[in-house]
Amino acid sequence: MLDKFGIAKRIAKELQDGYYVNLGIGIPTLVANYVPHDIEVILQSENGLLGIGPFPFEEDVDADLINAGKQTVTTTKGSSFFDSAMSFGMIRSGRVDLTVLGAMEVADNGDIANWKIPGKMVKGMGGAMDLVASAKNIIVAMQHVNKAGESKLLSNCSLPITGLGCVKKVVTELGVFDITPDGFKCIEYATGVSLDYIKEKTLGRLIIADDVKEMSIE
Amino acid sequence: MLKKVVKNAEEAVKDITDGATIMLGGFGLCGIPENSITALVNKGVKNLTCISNNAGVDDFGIGLMLKTRQVKKMIASYVGENAEFERQLLSGELEVELIPQGTLATRCMATGYGIPAIYTPAGVGTEVAEGKETREFDGKTYLMEHAFKSDFAIVKAWKGDTHGNLIFRATSRNFNPLMAMAGKITIVEVEELVQPGELDPDMIHTPGIYVNRIFKGVNYEKRIEQITVTKR
Repeated sequence: MLDKFGIAKRIAKELQDGYYVNLGIGIPTLVANYVPHDIEVILQSENGLLGIGPFPFEEDVDADLINAGKQTVTTTKGSSFFDSAMSFGMIRSGRVDLTVLGAMEVADNGDIANWKIPGKMVKGMGGAMDLVASAKNIIVAMQHVNKAGESKLLSNCSLPITGLGCVKKVVTELGVFDITPDGFKCIEYATGVSLDYIKEKTLGRLIIADDVKEMSIE
Repeated sequence: MLKKVVKNAEEAVKDITDGATIMLGGFGLCGIPENSITALVNKGVKNLTCISNNAGVDDFGIGLMLKTRQVKKMIASYVGENAEFERQLLSGELEVELIPQGTLATRCMATGYGIPAIYTPAGVGTEVAEGKETREFDGKTYLMEHAFKSDFAIVKAWKGDTHGNLIFRATSRNFNPLMAMAGKITIVEVEELVQPGELDPDMIHTPGIYVNRIFKGVNYEKRIEQITVTKR
């Protein structure tokens, strides 16, 4: 079974040279730490930055330079700043190659819910609805079950929807799942996790790939 | 003579009255018009509708106006950093309209570009789409979203000249140039106010035609929500 760093490492293997990538808050942000050294990817921050660099040294902290999670960051060489309309312009017009975001629930047809728990949590959707409505390639990074031990991979989302039929792949602590017309297709399982356990923890339609294999994160 | 320069925040917001709709620039606490928010709190103007990406934190930014119950309605995309906001919302004291961040930005842009509405895929099939006109283009469904109407836009720029030409810095740009284009009356506070000719015309982000009032702000706190550092 993976921890959150393992999930991030596995997603980093999806990155390709030259990709423009938007990483959401939480586990997705960690993906930036595992970009393979032989490729170049450019990270987009929807508050108006292409080319997010590492966290600054203490003396270089700049209140005017933050990421979408409101954390202080730096810029990489060749970075650019822009306003919020252009930021979502590049998202909506399909320039961003890969979007990684967290979710509360994913349905086996690719629907995603991640912005609201009615009566309990009201934080808002931020840029998530724009991202999921437009991105070509959306990977969800999340825990397979919620705190109550219930599956977050469902046949239908029970929480308010963020976007319809948009998720392409889900990476959890248990495995990697492609969204297919037949539902979640398990293509990899984490070390030490049985396929029976994955079946038990998945409520939506689940099929196992013929060539399913153990996940490698190194 | 162009007369855009005002003395301070108090003078800039003096005709904002109860019930006004105001846009406030910034993303989180980054690039917010600190001086003007303080002036609005001191003025005690009430029943405001605020359009801003976020609602500040409990004791800074728009959070200050929430604490004093000056805000009737908040239109924002993400309000997760403000416990008082969440309390007022869940108890029904505060009206709120949550809209996707790109929609928020583009509705400001549409106003400044003189376009009455836009079509966006964001929110199709969700609560956001309820009651909205949809239209198909090339087989994909889009929502029609109207350009914003607001009485005042209040933004923060890094540098500005007395003609109202503005330059923003790093990610404190965010919604500021968009809202600057969208106010019936646009108020700008800057860190540095210079004479015409001192800013390179090629470097201007917002041309002065959009700006009605400008002043040099003082005592910027520029609070940071999450200080994250790399250890040496």
